[in-house]
Amino acid sequence: MEEFAALVDALIYTRSRNGKLALIADYLRATPDPDRGWALAALTDGLDFSAVKSSTIRNLLKERVDPVLWSLSRDFVGDTAETASFLWPEPLRAADAPPPTVSETVASLSAMTRASVMQDLPKLLDRLDAKGRYALFKLATGGMRVGVSARLAKVAFGQAFEVEVDSVEEYWHALAPPYTELFAWAAEGADPPDTANMPLFRPFMLAHPLEDTVVDLADYVAEWKWDGIRVQLVHVGGETRVYSRSGDDISATFPELIDALTIPAVLDGELLVRGSHQGGEAGGAASFNALQQRLGRKTVSKKMLTEAPAFVRLYDALAIGGDDLRALPWSERRAQLESLMPRLPDSHFDLSQIVEADDFARLAQIREGARDDAIEGLMLKRRDSPYVAGRKTGLWYKWKRDPLLVDCVLMYAQRGSGKRSSFYSDYTFGCWTADPDEGGELLPVGKAYSGFTDEELKKLDRHVRQNTVNRFGPVRETDKSLVFEVAFDSVHASKRHKSGLAMRFPRIHRIRWDKPAHEADRIDALLALVRD
Amino acid sequence: MSAPHWIQPHPQGIYVAPADCWVDPSVAVERALVTHGHADHARGGHGETLATPETLAIMDLRYNTREGAVPVAYGETLRLAGGVDATYLPAGHVLGSAQILLEHAGERVVITGDYKRRADPTCAPFELTPCDIFITEATFGLPIFTHPPITEEIGKLLGALEANPEACVLVGAYALGKAQRVIAELRAAGHHDPIYLHGAMERMCRLYEDLGVPLGELRLVADHTKEEMRGGVVVCPPSALNDRWSRRLPDPITAMASGWMRVRQRARQRNVELPLVISDHADWHELTQTVLEVNPRETWITHGREEALLRWHELHQRKARALALVGYEDEDD
Repeated sequence: MEEFAALVDALIYTRSRNGKLALIADYLRATPDPDRGWALAALTDGLDFSAVKSSTIRNLLKERVDPVLWSLSRDFVGDTAETASFLWPEPLRAADAPPPTVSETVASLSAMTRASVMQDLPKLLDRLDAKGRYALFKLATGGMRVGVSARLAKVAFGQAFEVEVDSVEEYWHALAPPYTELFAWAAEGADPPDTANMPLFRPFMLAHPLEDTVVDLADYVAEWKWDGIRVQLVHVGGETRVYSRSGDDISATFPELIDALTIPAVLDGELLVRGSHQGGEAGGAASFNALQQRLGRKTVSKKMLTEAPAFVRLYDALAIGGDDLRALPWSERRAQLESLMPRLPDSHFDLSQIVEADDFARLAQIREGARDDAIEGLMLKRRDSPYVAGRKTGLWYKWKRDPLLVDCVLMYAQRGSGKRSSFYSDYTFGCWTADPDEGGELLPVGKAYSGFTDEELKKLDRHVRQNTVNRFGPVRETDKSLVFEVAFDSVHASKRHKSGLAMRFPRIHRIRWDKPAHEADRIDALLALVRD
Repeated sequence: MSAPHWIQPHPQGIYVAPADCWVDPSVAVERALVTHGHADHARGGHGETLATPETLAIMDLRYNTREGAVPVAYGETLRLAGGVDATYLPAGHVLGSAQILLEHAGERVVITGDYKRRADPTCAPFELTPCDIFITEATFGLPIFTHPPITEEIGKLLGALEANPEACVLVGAYALGKAQRVIAELRAAGHHDPIYLHGAMERMCRLYEDLGVPLGELRLVADHTKEEMRGGVVVCPPSALNDRWSRRLPDPITAMASGWMRVRQRARQRNVELPLVISDHADWHELTQTVLEVNPRETWITHGREEALLRWHELHQRKARALALVGYEDEDD
């Protein structure tokens, strides 16, 4: 565990991407199996120990440390694992066993149950120093947050053993931690894992924001950008899987899709729920809000299946009938996808339509109308683009419609975590129920923690500290004097919120230091924008 | 027994009523007792400033405040107006730093200013002083703060230097106290190469040497080339760490010497690659241990994380109050 803990700390303090790559590659080369495989799984968030949660750590500590001192410390540090690693009382006598290896740690964490964790976890902790405890907590609860994405870890793996990162990506999903076969292939030249008959996830092709770029429609094709979740459907060897954008297997959440795809293929599309919110009757899709109630479920009730039936609007085909199409230009893949459509049940699949326009200016006009149709915006794809993993410049663009704007008043602030620990960086803001001069009050309408620069964050933090009128634990209530111009993509009716509204993607657009709070918008203004 | 009426905390400092003077006032006053030279405790413009000769020299360097300077040696007792005796005792924080013991009508009050308990080659060690009212700082008043032995941190610095002979290690350190302590500890660890200074560090380092604290060979960054500085230690104020100034250095590894470096995200917020947990304040264990050793009737807390230290007093059934003084900064320690 010491080497792993040292790696975790070094990654935290290393700024450059190359520096991080070198650290991980060195570790992977120097560490034996299966430790390095478990470490790689931890770095890519591939480990899950059901018995250890953030609340477990909190409860363990509250048995040993005064709860008030715990909260004050946690609030200052901004990270439960790190706070706990500091406050864990050092054992009175030296541990009777050396620090556990990563493999031993993983084995004992896996063996823990909700009933045993409170007795078993302390035994591991007592064998580690503060750095080791930090690494252990991070490993046990998932989410290392050391500034390493799963992709970066895989690139480092490729560098360590001089193999192609795309091959690593491909085999990755066929294997499980500690990835011994992957290391055998990369480090010792063994045969690659056999993936022919496995329903594997292929990394998604992603788009850059268009911003000020203008493209020629002779080279690019436009499609609507539907507001659902991007999915990949894979059918091979009689098995179907649904993968989310991050490569998570969400098949169990959408069982209706499993039965609907029976042809060997790998398809890319937008998962939506039937309705008429997006694009009207012709659009055929409900709002993201409607889809949201189906997300994150491990089992789905019959009622859910009939009330919010899911379907996939297909964008692309990565493979059909065992042929890998990814190297082909988009236009050829599209042609193959179109000829596949009649063989797919239209109850669960339709084709993302091409948006026709004579030129870019006309396309811009069409995009303007996207709001009335409650669609997120447009996608622009190079007609000759192959299907490649990640975001490659110049191939695909997303062109979201301009956001909606509303002036709100800052009401509450909470400290952030991670890089923003100690800064008041999470803001709750409200709008007026009526004219403030005639007894109108502020009602919270949303929360945002992005859209401002580091410099602005410092100023906001100071504003919060200097204008606090009340404290509720980690939350400060401010004097409600500061106006935010809040940008958001759409607003929906919601029973969960007192205001009856839920904003989608709210972020701080501008800080209106100049604007008096009573001139902020009224809730009516937001209600008028609801398109549910 | 109730709190003495003769010593009165105000937002702008502690007022000693019978003697009509202030301790570490944040505004200009007629007569000030100053614990040490850091800007948040020592301000210019007082009619009379009572401090140790070292603190007065530091204040003179910073504000040209020779006028009204009244030097008080460690251990010397001054009879102030109104029957108040003041004795200056070492606080171990920086060169010249003092705790001030005030005695009046049979009552003893100690104001620590900032203090630490660890050995420091650049200043006299903290002297434990029994008293009735103990007025303490709480900069690192949270149980998460445990300062490691300084030899470990200096070892990390030298290790980074050795591992990167083509680079330099740029250490951000508070210009008064921390910088000189890091340099002196490097010397004690056997590092005798020239150490390069940011221009803002020079005068204070010279003053330390003039006052009898040897720092070895010091050079100014401005006078030397990138090539000459490879493999060397460079010391600058924390504010210069991510400044354009550092572009003249050979591939600097950014280090910072501060107690805050204990918390990983604090280091990341400042883009620090090599955090050195070196503090001139007492850590949590030392803050609480000192209260137990001094064993006062009551503790008053001037600044820092006072909520946690108050809670500790409550848990140990000790009387304490927070003073909420303004203007005491601690972010750069």
